[in-house]
Amino acid sequence: MTLVLNRIDDRLIHGQVVVGWGQPLDVAFIVLVDDAVAESDWEQELYRMGVPPEMEVRFHTAAAAALLLDGYRLETRPGILVTADIATMRALVAGGGVREVNVGGIHHRAGRVQHLRYVFLTPDEQRALRELSNLGAVVTAQDVPAARAVPLDELLAARESS
Amino acid sequence: MSEFVKRAVVAGHAEFAAGLVSAVEQITGRGEALVAVQVRDLCGEDIQKLLRDTLRETGACVIFTDLQAGSCTMAARRVLRDLERGVLVAGVNLPMLLDFALSNNPDATEAARAAAEKGRASVSVHGVPA
Repeated sequence: MTLVLNRIDDRLIHGQVVVGWGQPLDVAFIVLVDDAVAESDWEQELYRMGVPPEMEVRFHTAAAAALLLDGYRLETRPGILVTADIATMRALVAGGGVREVNVGGIHHRAGRVQHLRYVFLTPDEQRALRELSNLGAVVTAQDVPAARAVPLDELLAARESS
Repeated sequence: MSEFVKRAVVAGHAEFAAGLVSAVEQITGRGEALVAVQVRDLCGEDIQKLLRDTLRETGACVIFTDLQAGSCTMAARRVLRDLERGVLVAGVNLPMLLDFALSNNPDATEAARAAAEKGRASVSVHGVPA
């Protein structure tokens, strides 16, 4: 096994990740890639608190993670990589370490338009997701395993009312 | 004017908080002591803002959340760190919230700590042995 899910989720580690994906995939570790969290012991403790003791959490900056992805591919246990934003995931895709991207949660904020119940995007973010695809990544939106994976074209075309 | 002072905020996934508060209201008639917040569609920063605003507007100093790993719990911990007061109880269940709602302890944080013990002890398993 290896990284079985590369997820963009502005909530980072939360119920859907730990329970929704973590349990059915029997996830042994989570790689949280975020420059701010990687520099904060308090934030790291906060995220560790929400994870069961048998599940390991590793924290990296985007730059450090890009260098470690080859190692994660050799892991015998399944893991999840999560970033809070598209730009961080882009750094990993551009480095060649990520080929499939799951858009798991980009929530409401001023200037964003709703595409799915759990995906709101600004025009710049729409372009950024398209760029991930142009870099060679397969981009789909899916909040939980039981949901359908929505292809990027369909995601960008979709408009939902709140 | 409500008879009850708002003593706690309840937050969780989907309609969990509203459902729990409605159950407290049905059983005790004291649901008004609680404020249910719904966070679906909100990013982490907006959840923090919602919790912070709700605490300020109601004067409550206790937050109950549903899941240890949940985004409400994460947000609540950040809010209470900034406020430097209050109590967060993660993993709320109905017996816990009933105990809190029925408590006459004027210190809501003490009532929350006692209710947490009540809730922890309220889980039982019945049935034919495996």
